[in-house]
Amino acid sequence: MGRYIAKRLLLMIPVILGVSLLVFTMMELSPGDPAQIILGIRATPESLAALRTELGLDQPFWVRYFNYIWNALHGDFGESWRSGLPVLQEIMVRFPSTIKLALGSMALMVLVGVPVGILSAVKQYSLLDNVTLTGALIFSSMPSFWLGTLLILAFALGLNWFPATGGDTIRSYILPWITLAASSLATLVRMTRSSMLEVIRADYIKMARAKGASEQRVILRHALRNALMPIVTIIGMDFGKLLGGTMIIEQVFTLPGLGSLAITSVRQLDVPMVLAEVLFIALLAGFINLFVDILYVYIDPRLKSQYVMLRKVRR
Amino acid sequence: MDEKQILEIENLSVEYRTDEMLVRAVNGVNLRLKRGETLGLVGETGAGKTTLALTLMRLLPRGIGFVTGGSVKFDGANLLSLREGDMLAYRGKLLSMIFQDPMTSLNPVIPVGKQVAEVLELHNEAHRTKEQIEERVDEMFRLVGIPPERKGEFPHQFSGGMKQRVVIAIALACEPRLLIADEPTTALDVTIQAQVLAMMTELKEKLDTSMIMITHDLGIVAETCDQVAVMYAGEIVENGSVEAIFEGERHHPYTEGLFGSIPRLDIETERLRPIAGAIADPSDLPSGCRFHPRCPHCTQRCKAEAPAEHVVNGHMIRCHLYEGGAKA
Repeated sequence: MGRYIAKRLLLMIPVILGVSLLVFTMMELSPGDPAQIILGIRATPESLAALRTELGLDQPFWVRYFNYIWNALHGDFGESWRSGLPVLQEIMVRFPSTIKLALGSMALMVLVGVPVGILSAVKQYSLLDNVTLTGALIFSSMPSFWLGTLLILAFALGLNWFPATGGDTIRSYILPWITLAASSLATLVRMTRSSMLEVIRADYIKMARAKGASEQRVILRHALRNALMPIVTIIGMDFGKLLGGTMIIEQVFTLPGLGSLAITSVRQLDVPMVLAEVLFIALLAGFINLFVDILYVYIDPRLKSQYVMLRKVRR
Repeated sequence: MDEKQILEIENLSVEYRTDEMLVRAVNGVNLRLKRGETLGLVGETGAGKTTLALTLMRLLPRGIGFVTGGSVKFDGANLLSLREGDMLAYRGKLLSMIFQDPMTSLNPVIPVGKQVAEVLELHNEAHRTKEQIEERVDEMFRLVGIPPERKGEFPHQFSGGMKQRVVIAIALACEPRLLIADEPTTALDVTIQAQVLAMMTELKEKLDTSMIMITHDLGIVAETCDQVAVMYAGEIVENGSVEAIFEGERHHPYTEGLFGSIPRLDIETERLRPIAGAIADPSDLPSGCRFHPRCPHCTQRCKAEAPAEHVVNGHMIRCHLYEGGAKA
């Protein structure tokens, strides 16, 4: 298992390099001169040239890219072109808010989505099942920014239950959590339901019933774990979606997170900032994916033996 | 009720109801089984054998399968009127079932030893400790011929025959009064089939368990059963001792057809003689005798009037030909 994890960690290096190169190129190709944006329209040609030299913009693309990577490997992600503060410092200030938003939504999604999906499968074709499926359809087809605005109008401005903006208290995260989780949650419910339905028809479920196991035991001990594989896959994939979704949600609820920082820095062509943010998110997504893959082995013993067999063959 | 009878099925009927159709899978079945005996339940695919087994286990698919009439007395209790909570105590303990496909009967994510232990834990009236249960699991593994050291392994690490042994260990762990084996060897290859059958018969005798052996393999019936019931379109068309069925002269035309379609070594034939036509569609059963569209002896009466059960010396044949005891 250790070898597998090490291999997966090594594989993350080319992924991160690829992401950085892609973002670097995109920032290079985007219109506008960073020096001009920083100094304004009235800057003299001399001061522009001086700033370009200072930022290293006079050097060729590849030199700049490799310099950036080299410095990043030494923990130096540069300074923001906008504020002049170290990029890492700004990210660290913003990071807790984003992680609170993403993990909270994820928890909401799993804690609500999986049980509702199971219930819906166990009571297939019941009123509960129909209500759930209809609800899932509605929520999965609602754009999050629109749902967020509606929730603000109803629960923040109308009923005054939650604050509409800011991220000072846990209460102010409740609406963003719901907004961010809604569409993924709806997908997860449907996925859990169909995965459970498939497993419930399996022979070993009949066998478990024939042993005299109660319905609850049959569902929780025999069916759930077998149904978990596609569920975990969806949850892992949705985490990436959630991270991306934070950008929009943080705008809607004006939360001081990475997402809103990313949007301002893209607008201002703050290259070091954008690069660091994207790399940060990519790393996070990479780790979550690795975690999911490790989880698979614990859920399904067949995968573990496949992995062990592979190793034996190689030797 | 006779002391020696373990199972008495009276006039049992089962239907499957869906939005599209009504399937009459079991129609007025009468069966009796004595303690310690084995009943072979034979018939084509779709005859209602598995439905009958699931009805005894009370495991018909919920919301689709319904018992529409009759009674099932097992060990003095009416199984069909038990509440679900009480039924749990029967399943796995007094009544157990072996399913057709060992490849899919075991839970892929639970070690086999735990799957055997589970049935013991579920029916732990004797308040055995964890160690005692583990001991019993080891004992069961030895009984079915698997080294107990392998109990921590998962189903995918076993072959089909070994898996079926594990399933048998689960089914027999609580020493049930009645074991229902639904085509237990169909999915196994022939050599393994013989081993598994021999083992089942031996264990059954050791534990004094009665058995219903569902199969479409007449060879298995001849080897393992005391009594044979031939099922066609949800009805028992012939029922008697294994000698009466295999050696007697008097048979239901369907049974004759079944035997006629087996290859024989002692008679030279160009081709096998299959029964003409296909099994009756249980959602649209024929009038009169269910078998009449395929029967070589079919008369006008067969088309209109369902035959009664005609019994001579405990050998039942449901056919107009045997009215009054003799072949007309």
